[in-house]
Amino acid sequence: MIAIIDYKAGNLASVVKAVRFLGAHSAVVTQSPQDLLRARKILLPGVGHFRSTDLLHQLGLTAAIRQAIASGIPFLGICVGLQWLYQGSTEAPQTPGLGYFSGQCQRFPAVLAGERIKSPHVGWNSLESIRPGSRLLSGVPSGSYVYFTHSWRAPLSQDTAAQTHYAGAFTAAVERGNVMGVQFHPEKSAETGLQVLKNFLTL
Amino acid sequence: MLTKRIIACMDVHNGRVVKGTQFVDIVDAGDPAELAHRHARAGADEIVLLDITATHEGRGTILETVKRAAAELFVPFTVGGGIRSAEDARAVFDAGADKVSINSAAIARPELIAEIGAGFGAQAVIVAIDARRAKHSADPVGQAEVYVSGGRKPTGRRVVDWAVEAEQRGAGEILLTSMDCDGMRTGFDCDLTRSVSQAVQIPVIASGGAGSAAHFAEVFLHGKADAALAASIFHFGITDSRALKTEIASAGVPLRLPC
Repeated sequence: MIAIIDYKAGNLASVVKAVRFLGAHSAVVTQSPQDLLRARKILLPGVGHFRSTDLLHQLGLTAAIRQAIASGIPFLGICVGLQWLYQGSTEAPQTPGLGYFSGQCQRFPAVLAGERIKSPHVGWNSLESIRPGSRLLSGVPSGSYVYFTHSWRAPLSQDTAAQTHYAGAFTAAVERGNVMGVQFHPEKSAETGLQVLKNFLTL
Repeated sequence: MLTKRIIACMDVHNGRVVKGTQFVDIVDAGDPAELAHRHARAGADEIVLLDITATHEGRGTILETVKRAAAELFVPFTVGGGIRSAEDARAVFDAGADKVSINSAAIARPELIAEIGAGFGAQAVIVAIDARRAKHSADPVGQAEVYVSGGRKPTGRRVVDWAVEAEQRGAGEILLTSMDCDGMRTGFDCDLTRSVSQAVQIPVIASGGAGSAAHFAEVFLHGKADAALAASIFHFGITDSRALKTEIASAGVPLRLPC
């Protein structure tokens, strides 16, 4: 079973569609901690406000996710799902993230070097400096375009698997062991996105 | 580098894709689901489906069409037309849309922008503005006026003012259609697009008037558009997005290529 976590953060339909298109017909949308512990893979999608991840704590999912991760189940966070893997976000300072990756997510600056920066960062941007050996990005060449839509971003760290440049560099994909995240939307990134999802589903 | 987006738009009337000129004289251009997939395969960065008669005739959005078009469509998909409430928006999202575009209903009740954003995020709310230059004004661009109900009703509101308000209320993007240029294939209204793009800090999608690659290059480079939308030039096989993008890129515009 592929567990897709529903915590009422935006629209899951596209993620479910893409995962099923790739042959994972056992994908279920769930809010149940038991499902997570029985899953072969866990996906945490989500767009919208970081505060919506409060529901993960309220539903008892945070503890289940920690346990699932510790037992080696591959985990993929998408967009806010990636951000939640960090310690937190300035978007909702009272809402703790999982803290699996260190650092805080921050908003794009309004101005950089005298130039106005539009936000959200919307559109197709390229994946750069893809880390050799990344399992999530296997077969994806640096320079490949993927679709983003977000106003907060995760910092670079040693766990960064790919970076993207918009008002400086940020983490477009993060990966350490069985825990992964993408800031872009693989379900909306045409062939490149489907390749990333396929890589995850076939881990 | 963030690329400029080429968006293929389908105006849908009674379940069929249609194309008009300056919002009238409508002709049939095909099946929405089939065209959506064809555009995505041909390299369009995004697909927009607008139910152009929904507001006028008071019909709900065409959810079945949306469902068919959204199936196996792995690029961003926006749906507009007849969305008057957060519930209407939810139905469209459930049918497979990634974003909704709201127009008349946002003018009538601007709180709607935040209401949809609360459930689906600001990035999922596009405020569409149908604009007409103020021809008899000394400042036709600055005084350009917002129209609603499929371009039938003037509102007395300045385009730039409404764009700024929409941003403040939580819109994720602005879709700016020039009614003067719509369907003419003589180029986008670059001055109008630029005036809006510089007034807001969210992306602006230019629409109305696309006829050639040069027009796209102009609205990106001079009009400061973040994305540009066109319909008729794709539907009738004049060009596909990939060929179009290659030509626009050669003018120095960053685009998603290959695609």
